[in-house]
Amino acid sequence: MHAKQDPKPGRNIVRTLVRRRESAIFLALILLMTVIGIAAPNFLGAGNLYLVSRQISFVAIVALGELFVILTGGIDLSVGSVMALAGMGAAYAMTIGVPPPFAVLLGIFVGLVMGAVNGALVAYVGIAPFIVTLGMLSFASGLVLGLTKGWPITDVPASFLPIAQGSFLGLPIPLWIAVAIAVLAHLALSTTAFGRRTYAIGGNEQATFLSGIDVKRIKFVLYLIPAACASIAGIILVARFNSAQADTGKGWELDAIAAAVIGGTSLAGGSGSVLGVLIGACIMGVIKNGLVLMRVSSYWQTAIIGIIIVLAAVLDRAKRRA
Amino acid sequence: MAAPLLEMRQVSRTFPGVRALDGVSFSVGPGEVVGLLGENGAGKSTLMKILAGVYRADAGEILWEGKRIAFRSIHQAQEAGVTLIFQELNNCPNLKAIENLFLGREIFRGRSPFLDEAAMRKKALELFDYLDVHIDLDVEVRLLSTAVQQMIEIAKALLTNVKLLVMDEPTSSLTDRETSRLFKVIRDLKQRGVSVVFISHKLSEVFEITDRIAVLRDGRNAGEVDAKTGTMDELINRMVGRELGSRAARVGTAVPGPEILRVEGLSGPPTVKDVSFTLRKGEILGFAGLIGAGRTEMARILFGAAKKTGGRVLLEGKDVRIGSPRDAVALGIAYLPEDRKVQALVLPMNVRENLTLAVHRVLRRFRAFLGRKKEEEITDSYVSSLRIRIATREQVVNDLSGGNQQKVVIAKWLATRPRILILDEPTRGIDVAAKAEVHRIVSDLAAEGVSIILISSELPEILALSDRVLVMHEGRVKTVLEKDQATQQTIMSAALVADGVVVRA
Repeated sequence: MHAKQDPKPGRNIVRTLVRRRESAIFLALILLMTVIGIAAPNFLGAGNLYLVSRQISFVAIVALGELFVILTGGIDLSVGSVMALAGMGAAYAMTIGVPPPFAVLLGIFVGLVMGAVNGALVAYVGIAPFIVTLGMLSFASGLVLGLTKGWPITDVPASFLPIAQGSFLGLPIPLWIAVAIAVLAHLALSTTAFGRRTYAIGGNEQATFLSGIDVKRIKFVLYLIPAACASIAGIILVARFNSAQADTGKGWELDAIAAAVIGGTSLAGGSGSVLGVLIGACIMGVIKNGLVLMRVSSYWQTAIIGIIIVLAAVLDRAKRRA
Repeated sequence: MAAPLLEMRQVSRTFPGVRALDGVSFSVGPGEVVGLLGENGAGKSTLMKILAGVYRADAGEILWEGKRIAFRSIHQAQEAGVTLIFQELNNCPNLKAIENLFLGREIFRGRSPFLDEAAMRKKALELFDYLDVHIDLDVEVRLLSTAVQQMIEIAKALLTNVKLLVMDEPTSSLTDRETSRLFKVIRDLKQRGVSVVFISHKLSEVFEITDRIAVLRDGRNAGEVDAKTGTMDELINRMVGRELGSRAARVGTAVPGPEILRVEGLSGPPTVKDVSFTLRKGEILGFAGLIGAGRTEMARILFGAAKKTGGRVLLEGKDVRIGSPRDAVALGIAYLPEDRKVQALVLPMNVRENLTLAVHRVLRRFRAFLGRKKEEEITDSYVSSLRIRIATREQVVNDLSGGNQQKVVIAKWLATRPRILILDEPTRGIDVAAKAEVHRIVSDLAAEGVSIILISSELPEILALSDRVLVMHEGRVKTVLEKDQATQQTIMSAALVADGVVVRA
């Protein structure tokens, strides 16, 4: 870096944009959409884009939550089953007559309890996040199956459905929710002391501790975030399918982590951004949808997603070395 | 003396900003036990690491059995007969004793890939029998005492055709009995023609076991002492140098004010035992001692970063509880740790973010949001007052020089407006100019009324800055020297010599 000031501030902005890590993946997204648009012309149709954006919203919400713990070098593998549990909780509350807004809050609360257990075990007991949340993944999904015996809850009130199926200003409501969460997440990470400390823990936990910061408390709070986001996504999915399914969210932890990694988040902690995660989620969603439109068997889809994830990590490493 | 086994001639080595070795010569004859002594940072370890191929020499030559060599790796050195036993033992704690012993030197059944357990067991028992230790071969190494682990390292060396065994502080964690057993082994090796280089800070032991003692000081040869006829005084004088060193005395030293901190009986096993001292307002209290004397651990306990098992801390006469660094910072205590990259800086973050990391309390608005303007003001004011050389506030600290990194860490703590500042090796690994600036900053702070605990392994630094010097030895306070009593000799004698050994000053 040089001390010299750029004479033209306009060029400075361009240069900053080019230098930002998100620019490369954003370019990749555009390229991908162009290629798919040419190969499968109905991809760029308004109807299809509407559906894709709604689908991406769900993954994006879960991935944004995941971002917070990954930034500290942690991970939350339990988001998928917390989705199912929260959705089931909210749906059950509605079937016994709780008004939808309160049922939603109840569902989120159930998810937060799981997040609190994760956070307490990681932060205060000191167990590795991988193990804690793997246990929670199994526990929460078992809880759902045990309580419902595998049966879905179907009689969800119609007044609840627009949260997933409705639209506002021509865009699906889940997209608005995802955008709202993204804005909040961005503000939290870039303007608050909490966000700064989150990055600091990921960059050097010991130095953060020795700076007089209560690292344990921050870690505890951090694990509430993916749980809350997963709960919100799980509850909206209930409205999307008119029912709460016991196997909702299965495998979503991998999609969420993949979206974060493709978006340039380092699993070692310390770097990653809301914008990157959003683009990562878009890339995942666009590829999945494009493959369907191009009539690629769904069996092959996961294989291709796998290649993309590793490719993103390889490119990121190459870029950092350069 | 017969033709030397090892001869190192005029070896030099420079690390960024530090001349670690400057034309050092060192030789060892066959079957000779040579002590290698010097203060912390005198270059002993660097010299041995160059011998073993861990580092390369910038200049000079090494003759091994009369032939010019430069080992390229520890492995290659071992093949030739040089084995180093480091202070931090290199073993796999999760593996069994026998597995560690044969790691990389496994005996196979013929040419098959299968291990010959029986042959290895037999060989191991022979070796341990010879060393006169009885070790359960199937116990995981982490469960064994340091002494026993050391014996395994020696046994490992004996598995190779060892001709020169280098031991770096082998007795630092041994009991007297274990030490005498180790000495018996060393004498026995000597009988068999194996040479030993013995690095230690325990002077009486060095005199007991070695034939002669080579001394290094500031990366240069500082003569030799004959272990039979030499005295401890002679050795200490060689280690610290006869001249008092550049004693750039502090200018404008304010008279220290009233007592601000009183530490009574502070303990935190295994390294800190019953430490008591007082600190006055605006005073610089130097903490001298060897590496491992418990100074850093004492500081960490005082700062709430390590567990306290006993004792109390009084701040301005009031009993305070410091359970975490957070408590300490709230009370106005700051701690600059010894390893800035590992413990102090968030390397991928920029100057502004690092500099304000400890003052979020002050910056927060509505208890959450960081005021960017205020952050920039704080950063700019310290960047200019400490003369931190950076391109922009947004420069990532990883890209700064050591001296500027250290200034960022100092600024981080000054921003908290501490009453007590603990500095742990504040000038380690930074260049001479930056060092002088850090010294200036420290004396200015004291003049402004900040009380400073200065932990340093560089005696000239301690002597130049301190109002009083506290010397620690094996976890305890050995002595506290007033400014006019503190010299390199008095400090080193206190730091080196165990109680009960008389040194004629």
